[in-house]
Amino acid sequence: MKTIVFIIQKEFRQIFRNKAMLPILFVLPFVQLLILSNAASFEVKNIRFSYIDQDHSKASRELISKFQASDYFNIIENFASKKEANLQMQKGKTDVILEIPNHFERNLLTDKKTNLSVSINAIDGAAAGIENVYISQIINSFNQNIKSQLYQYNDASYIQPQSIISIPSFWYNNTLNYKTLMVPGILVLLVTMLSLFLSAMNIVREKEIGTLEQINVTPIQKHQFIIGKLFPFWILGLVILTVGLLIAKLVFNIPILGNIGLIYLFTSVYLLVVLGIGLLVSNYTETQQQAMFIAWFFMVIFILMSGLFTPIESMPDWAQKITLVNPISYFVEIIRMVMLKGAVFSDIAKPFSIIACYAFVINSLAVWSYKKTN
Amino acid sequence: MSQEKIIAVKNLSKKFGNFIAVNDISFDVYKGEIFGFLGANGAGKTTAMKMLIGISKPSSGEALVADFDVNFQAEMVKKNIGYMSQKFSMYDDLTIKENITFFGGIYGLSRNQIKEKTTQLISDLGLENEVNKLVGDLPLGWKQKLSFSVALLHEPKIVFLDEPTGGVDPITRRQFWEMIYAEAHKGTTIFVTTHYMDEAEYCDRVSIMVEGKIEALDSPKNLKQQYNVTSMNEVFLKLARNIE
Repeated sequence: MKTIVFIIQKEFRQIFRNKAMLPILFVLPFVQLLILSNAASFEVKNIRFSYIDQDHSKASRELISKFQASDYFNIIENFASKKEANLQMQKGKTDVILEIPNHFERNLLTDKKTNLSVSINAIDGAAAGIENVYISQIINSFNQNIKSQLYQYNDASYIQPQSIISIPSFWYNNTLNYKTLMVPGILVLLVTMLSLFLSAMNIVREKEIGTLEQINVTPIQKHQFIIGKLFPFWILGLVILTVGLLIAKLVFNIPILGNIGLIYLFTSVYLLVVLGIGLLVSNYTETQQQAMFIAWFFMVIFILMSGLFTPIESMPDWAQKITLVNPISYFVEIIRMVMLKGAVFSDIAKPFSIIACYAFVINSLAVWSYKKTN
Repeated sequence: MSQEKIIAVKNLSKKFGNFIAVNDISFDVYKGEIFGFLGANGAGKTTAMKMLIGISKPSSGEALVADFDVNFQAEMVKKNIGYMSQKFSMYDDLTIKENITFFGGIYGLSRNQIKEKTTQLISDLGLENEVNKLVGDLPLGWKQKLSFSVALLHEPKIVFLDEPTGGVDPITRRQFWEMIYAEAHKGTTIFVTTHYMDEAEYCDRVSIMVEGKIEALDSPKNLKQQYNVTSMNEVFLKLARNIE
């Protein structure tokens, strides 16, 4: 125990003597949360919308005005011809072209049926899909209006149109605020990334400068060295979490419905997994450069398969199985559940116990693979 | 000098794949002597030494260091030895005092013992004004002397020095050897590798390793007689040349 205290003392001295460390701990989380939470949004806004109105009727103007009224569309231009519109699409000046054909209103009133042509720039497929949904919604609501008008003209005894309107109620994030979803997730990334990199680099660095050999010649026990080495980074991980939670609350006003102690409890076990991975990486690498590459390899897979940017439910089966060994996916799930949904311990008991087992396995492997004697 | 064995090496070998770095060496080191472990670059000195200090497992053979078997009691060996590597291995970003505290601590010294040792060590080396300076800012010669003193903090029975004077000036080398003598005088066994043949002359006995084997082992005086030359330098050249 006494030996461990000496190691921890030495580690903290070195960490705080490193001039880059304080900015890493306090400025980095702030900048990342601020930039990423505002920028990394899946909402499609400011869609550049243009149209070709060949009908010039009351109905066509009504339809256009519905697009004008929407927050999502910016009307760019009214093109005279399809050819001109296509040219602008090719130049990337417009995202959507709506073509209203000749006799649009007349066909609508007489045949009760007509066609519209919509062209969408689908270089970003995901955005195009969302734009399509917005456009369909607007045209649908336009349809509803026309229908009811038509029925008013005709036989009053005719059965009134049935229109079913769904009114969604969004639970846990009722304003559908993107930041509410992203800030906890980005906080998870920050905590993971910093603790993984700092711990992996730290031990490999001692290998590089030769002090690890000196340590291995001392009678120090493996567990003493490892606990002494990792404990400071465990503390740093919790500090970063605290800084991040403060920013989330004070800057973004993200609700924290659940017990904050639960987040700390989970994070303290979760950090053991991350630090164990860091130690494992450093055991199998000889230089900081190698360690960095390997740590990045894991980090990229963990991030992209964490459910932070794409929902795990929409991944193929085999990919969903991979996410089961991704610690970040558990953390993302739990921090969102606790912060946004107010989950209590029994709600997160299962992922919590998985992470606890994970921590045990990873650290056993790491301790086993750390060799004082070659 | 007593004839009590403190290191007993028997048929020790280390192989890396097909390459035999240390080939069946056997020798004894006696308590309190300064034992010079010589050899050309790549002769296997460092590999042999790493086996003796318990950080490299022998492929075959055995060695007792301070009465403990390096094969099975490596951690007990480590308690009883000090080691100074050819690569400077203290923490550049810690001060002299902090380095002493750390290494004292991991050898199990108490805070009070560390305090006493620090005061004594600092005054012996005359570093009173530098005690709170970062080790990285010290000149190499001072670092080496400091390193040696730190290797002795826990009063080991044997201290292993791997090319301790590489790259330092002649005056510092002389001072360094004075420190070695003083320590040997207290009864500590010194096991030292070097490439400086004048330093080999200071040793009680020297062994010369050539291509993984020990080709000669005796006092410098006897070796010079045996090869009929006047300096250790010539002994070394004769041995190394014979092989080539």
